[in-house]
Amino acid sequence: MASDLQSLSALGPVLPEILLALAAIVLLLAAVIWNKRDHTVLLSGIAIAVLAVLAIWVATQSTAGVLFNGGFINDGFARFMKVLILAGSAFALLMSLSSARENGIAKFEYSILVLLSTVGMMMMVSANDLMTLYVGLELQSLALYVVAAMNRENAKATEAGLKYFVLGALSSGMLLYGASLVYGFTGQTQLDQIAQAITAGSRSLGLVFGVVFLLAGIAFKIAAVPFHMWTPDVYEGAPTPVTAFFATAPKVAAMALFIRIVTVSFQPVVHDWQQIVIFLSIASMVLASFAAIGQNNLKRLIAYSSIGHMGFALVGLSAGTANGVEGVTIYIAIYMVMTIGFFACVLSLRTENGPVETISDLAGLGQARPFVAGIMAVMMFSLIGLPPLGGFFAKWQVFLAAIEAHLFVLAVIGMLASAVSAFYYLRVVKVMYFDEPTLKFAAVPGELNFTMALSGFLIVTYYLTVGSPLSALAHSAAGSLF
Amino acid sequence: MIFANSLLSVITFLPLIGAIFLLFITGRDEASENLVRWIALVVTTVTFLLSLVLWANFDPSKPGFQFVENYEWIGSSIGYRMGVDGISVLFVVLTALLMPICVIASWGSVHNRVREYLLFFLILETLMIGAFATLDLAMFYVFFEGTLIPMFLIIGIWGGARRIQASYKFFFYTFTGSVLMLLAIMAMYWQGGTTDISKLLTVKFPAGMQSWLWIAFFASFAVKMPMWPFHRWLPEAHVEAPTGGSVILAAILLKFGGYGFLRFSLPMFPIASHEFANFIFVLSVAAIILTSLVALVQTDMKKLIAYSSVAHMGFVTMGIFAGTENGVQGAIFQMLSHGLVSGALFLCVGVVYDRLHTREIAAYGGLVHRMPLYAFVFMVFTMANVGLPGTSGFIGEFLTMIGTFQVSTWTVFGAAFGVIFSAAYALWLYRRVVFGQLTKDTLKDIMDMNWREGLILIPLVVLVIFFGFYPAPILNATAASTKALVAQYEATVGQPAPIAMAAPAGSTPAPAAEPAK
Repeated sequence: MASDLQSLSALGPVLPEILLALAAIVLLLAAVIWNKRDHTVLLSGIAIAVLAVLAIWVATQSTAGVLFNGGFINDGFARFMKVLILAGSAFALLMSLSSARENGIAKFEYSILVLLSTVGMMMMVSANDLMTLYVGLELQSLALYVVAAMNRENAKATEAGLKYFVLGALSSGMLLYGASLVYGFTGQTQLDQIAQAITAGSRSLGLVFGVVFLLAGIAFKIAAVPFHMWTPDVYEGAPTPVTAFFATAPKVAAMALFIRIVTVSFQPVVHDWQQIVIFLSIASMVLASFAAIGQNNLKRLIAYSSIGHMGFALVGLSAGTANGVEGVTIYIAIYMVMTIGFFACVLSLRTENGPVETISDLAGLGQARPFVAGIMAVMMFSLIGLPPLGGFFAKWQVFLAAIEAHLFVLAVIGMLASAVSAFYYLRVVKVMYFDEPTLKFAAVPGELNFTMALSGFLIVTYYLTVGSPLSALAHSAAGSLF
Repeated sequence: MIFANSLLSVITFLPLIGAIFLLFITGRDEASENLVRWIALVVTTVTFLLSLVLWANFDPSKPGFQFVENYEWIGSSIGYRMGVDGISVLFVVLTALLMPICVIASWGSVHNRVREYLLFFLILETLMIGAFATLDLAMFYVFFEGTLIPMFLIIGIWGGARRIQASYKFFFYTFTGSVLMLLAIMAMYWQGGTTDISKLLTVKFPAGMQSWLWIAFFASFAVKMPMWPFHRWLPEAHVEAPTGGSVILAAILLKFGGYGFLRFSLPMFPIASHEFANFIFVLSVAAIILTSLVALVQTDMKKLIAYSSVAHMGFVTMGIFAGTENGVQGAIFQMLSHGLVSGALFLCVGVVYDRLHTREIAAYGGLVHRMPLYAFVFMVFTMANVGLPGTSGFIGEFLTMIGTFQVSTWTVFGAAFGVIFSAAYALWLYRRVVFGQLTKDTLKDIMDMNWREGLILIPLVVLVIFFGFYPAPILNATAASTKALVAQYEATVGQPAPIAMAAPAGSTPAPAAEPAK
């Protein structure tokens, strides 16, 4: 087959990935050559700057195209998701600056690993072939396994890293197995050609098995029930800035991968995967709502919350329509902002006994730290899905798509689950505002204040500011898949 | 008017701008607290004056929406649409009227986190006015549901001893009901192709679908109203909320339920409304009789008034689903009147609560000897609550009963008991608190109302009596829209059959009346 790379400029669509990978390698070399320890913050700063510049670049330039013999695609959907991923990684690094030392991640490898996993995520969302898909996924995962276990002195963090690695490897295996089945029964690895092969041939049982395994593997990555077991332990065990990273960009990438593979490859067998997605969605929403009620650890709470929110996002995907994908796209963007805001609040609260870990530590925060408490309350209300905050509009979009597809049972169960989930979010608000203060908190670093203010602003004024442009962008992003 | 095109938006969002101002006043001393109070008072008063301008410029002869603003906004589904008609305009005015009163009432009673308290009230005002003034179904939900956040915090932070349980109950009852309505809203969007209320009013939903939509809306509004047996959250929320919170809860938030029934259930799902009318009548009569009886045995003043609210809302639901002009007009009037009266009653309780810090009825007695002015004011509102002719309470109850009589005599027969019971519990409460000998030591040096309390209660006394004798300003404003609403409803389900009992032997039934289908 003739190469489609006749000139250097033909690499245009993949240039951001190349630059990011180069940046990671250059930074690694630089850090090794120069004295390691002193430059950690500088290194993180450069990494953040690179991510930010690339995010703006990806957002503004529009080099769409298919490269590497159909293995790589850069379309509106991929660009939308890439901007989210780059922004999520940048904010995760930014939030880790102040507390890196006490969390045992003040090593130059941290920011480089984040950069490398970001490259992997960008490959994931641009993957147009089962092989590029897997390569991207593994690059991302391997970097994340190391990051999770980076704090070697901490037994919990090590345990988290190991758990994440074992279960992640298992899920990768399942995904590979599914991919090989799909290849075996369709004879194709390129996503759009798989769809053509399915349309031309018949829907064989082996293909359905392949789809099931493939989706199970991806469900691991987004932590949808029943593949969620690793999430609470890893979220709790990993250092908080790392958890903040896990909860944002990788979720976006995995969800984007999920969307692309079902809508591009398996649209001809929509009724088969629809059942799987509906099941994942209902199970995630219901289990997370009830399981989170008993949690007192903030990170476990947000872990269950993320499981539930992936369930809500899947409500939109269940519809299997362009409107549904648009809904998920908006949902995932708003969810990422809420999660970043939440972690900025958690990271900014430090007492003399160390960082805040449990909900009861937040007692009386409304009086002790009105600003942080206010942002935290906004995030909680938004995670419940109360209007006029951003979280409501996210729910609005996905449920609108579900109703359009006449998935009434799913919608009713989802709504009732969101009513149950309100209970544990409200508990955070209750502890912050209705209880009396007990602890004293240290001053908040500036970059966390900025992150909190920005996310709070976006969530509160969603309707007024970003709502309309974001919907338009998501609409065209979803349109590029159908 | 220069800004006539955006008057509604100004009224709606002015309080929010005030709230943003308050964010920047960070001082915790006496002076900045007073500054906060004055800002809140000025903002709410200006809003009230603007709402009067709105009422003055409102043309009561037109049944349609006025002061309309209409812009597409998020995607294709949610738009920014504002407008009022005869049904909603007075609720805007009522909300704007009660807000300055709540701000003044907080002056003497709230000393803890004053800025946050008033901040939440201003946000609440924007959301409440928005809910009445918006013409977009999704935006209605945004405003309607958005009120949960400030109200949850108001009850939870400034409430009484069992405030946490009360705030949770308030939240979950309302939220669970509303999420089902949200799904119904989405279904209506796909059916009607828009969330524009004025367009949806002309959409004919299929009969089978109407039933489901009606049930989903009922789940939300019946809880908000609240109708028996969905009222369990109300007494607790009322008892634990601070005075201002109780006033807003009783006077405005409960009206969302009735307003929703009138704006959505009745005109948009007429067939389902007609089918479920008997169901509503049963619940209404149950509410009127049962909660009145429950109110009789209460030992807590606020709880008693809360139960009486449930009973009075029974008249409203009864009147709305009678689907007759008198019934609907009466329901609107009853809601407005109840807004004034129940709000004032909670303020009255607040007056003595600030002095003694208890709401137990048994702790009081013989107040008339020390507080003659208070005794007078409290009496007027007690009478209005009973529905004495000459007070606004009478007009509403009377009209709803007439309106319902055309449709279901048995319902009115049952509801009439409620009138008797309400006299029993209200007067008995009054006797125990105000009359008798002043024997308790704690009451020996209790002071009568101060000028600030007088300032907020006297205007309400005047209004309650004025509208009792001269209800025309309200009825005129609502007449045209009600007429159109009822005409549309009757066009779908047929006019109520003339009642044999009401027609004396020999008289001919009205020839124009068609039998109900």
